[in-house]
Amino acid sequence: MAATPFRTPWGLRWMSAGGTLEFRPRDLLSFRWVAVAVILVAWFVYYPIVDNFIVSTTDEDIFTGEVTQVGLANYRRLLDDPIVWLSLWNNFLYAAISIVFQVFGAFILAAMIEGLDSERLKRFWRAVYFIPSAISITITGLLFYFIYQPDIGFLDAVLKASGLGALMRPWLGDEQTAIYAIIAMSQWQGFGYSTLLFAVAIQKIPRELYDAAIIDGAGPLRRLWNVTVPLTREMTGLMIIITVTGAFQVFNEVMVMTAGGPNNSSQVLGTWLYQQGFTENNFGYGAAIAAVIFAVTMLTGIAQLLYTRRRRVQL
Amino acid sequence: MTTAAAIASEAPAAPVNIWSVIARIFLHAFLICLGIVVLYPLLWMAMNGFKNNAQIFGDPFALPLTWSWTNYVDAWNRGVRDYLTVSILVTVASALCTVLISAWTAYGLTRTKMPGKPLIVGLVLGGLMLSPTVAVIPLVKMMQALGLYNTYWALIVLYTAFRIPFSTFLIRAYMLDLPRDVDEAATIDGATEGQIFRKITLPLCRPIIVSCIILHVLFAWNEYLFAMIFSGATGMQTLPVGLTAIMATHGTNYGVVFAAMTLSALPIVVVFFAAQRYFIRGLSEGIGK
Repeated sequence: MAATPFRTPWGLRWMSAGGTLEFRPRDLLSFRWVAVAVILVAWFVYYPIVDNFIVSTTDEDIFTGEVTQVGLANYRRLLDDPIVWLSLWNNFLYAAISIVFQVFGAFILAAMIEGLDSERLKRFWRAVYFIPSAISITITGLLFYFIYQPDIGFLDAVLKASGLGALMRPWLGDEQTAIYAIIAMSQWQGFGYSTLLFAVAIQKIPRELYDAAIIDGAGPLRRLWNVTVPLTREMTGLMIIITVTGAFQVFNEVMVMTAGGPNNSSQVLGTWLYQQGFTENNFGYGAAIAAVIFAVTMLTGIAQLLYTRRRRVQL
Repeated sequence: MTTAAAIASEAPAAPVNIWSVIARIFLHAFLICLGIVVLYPLLWMAMNGFKNNAQIFGDPFALPLTWSWTNYVDAWNRGVRDYLTVSILVTVASALCTVLISAWTAYGLTRTKMPGKPLIVGLVLGGLMLSPTVAVIPLVKMMQALGLYNTYWALIVLYTAFRIPFSTFLIRAYMLDLPRDVDEAATIDGATEGQIFRKITLPLCRPIIVSCIILHVLFAWNEYLFAMIFSGATGMQTLPVGLTAIMATHGTNYGVVFAAMTLSALPIVVVFFAAQRYFIRGLSEGIGK
């Protein structure tokens, strides 16, 4: 068994696993377990991110294929591009509205479902509300594209039937409403997913806490506020961070429903990146937009890391 | 563990309170209304697959006059069958690769004396923070250079690489909680690491591996950005991309488009109901740790 251990050089000691101070050449064989994953992730996940920053400092002539170094010009262009600011605003709207419905709304809904008496009913509603989340957002996006159409969709027909005919409009064709119509679809598609997660978190709360609260004479709302809310706080924090991260990466549904239109009014960073990079072949500028998405998701990612770490320390 | 009631819960001995009865009726009514909001659009989609254009443009709420499967058969023959084949191929291949590689990696990260382990853990799990959107422009050039552009391989490789961090994260967390005495006994009996992995650890990890496969299937089946960019060519498209192609070519024959959408949505809904338990485990483990 024993290859003679020798003392680790000081610099390697901090890297050694589990506090073992010895370094045995044999242990290098363990790398075979992780080699494939490390190579694939480094090559296809990390390297492109690095490359993206290099591309973002260049400008490529699509006719000659000639690449010129432009330094930070693409980033300066970002600051002057009104569509970038509009996209950021739309991503922000996406995040804010999703927090209201997919975090707070979903939490209340999960509490309502878990408060039902019948185990069967709980399972039934959780599953029903989750169905849209199982379906591709490309499909639900297309579906709502039709639902919002004035000629064949049913939304305007519902409004008309309920006496709200004044509100009827081509939801996706109107600059004022396009982005809200897309966000509304995304709430419809996603709330069941977070409801399910909150339901799981609520189930983990020990039943005795509720019994104690009942003995103390706490009504349903008091129990919700004093037991359920504090004990699912971690999940709520995580859901907020995940929702914000997702909101700044949004692409599919906007692409399918409006492709950023009309008149760029529903553009988000993802679709603007696609249009610049792939429709107009401004690879360099597209890469600079990608760098903005990277910066935002990095911030939320770090927030999530700190959050989970703090939580683990508390436990 | 017993399920806890959250609100509107019954105190068994409480006198019947008129307000609590009203509240409960209101609660059920709300849940039912929301259920209708969720299910009606999906039903409408499936219904419209049975209609012709005249009926679709007529009354949007009407039931189909005849239950004819023509649109569904049409959609199936004019694309959905091919897209479905590609989607199944890409999903199954990338799911197998991802889960196998992730289980391997998780084993190496939990059961071996690898030097620099924290660094490798950080490297692999750090990939969770990086989004495909940010990588997409360099990836196009890379795939062109590798000759993988417009092949299934581009999607299989990318889905695998981008999902390894998440699957490894789930399987590693599960392996950390597994008892190790069996491994130690096997080591004393002279079993190699490879044998322990295959005969002991992998079978013990079956529940989380099933969860990983299902979450991967959900991801790969529904993925759109990579699919659109790397498999845009005819005959290579996965279902979501193919659907938008059907929109472009049969956009005026709405019945066929609705039928195609319904056919694309159906498999994943069936998978969800068949494997709900694993699904929920994977989701809650993935977010809670």
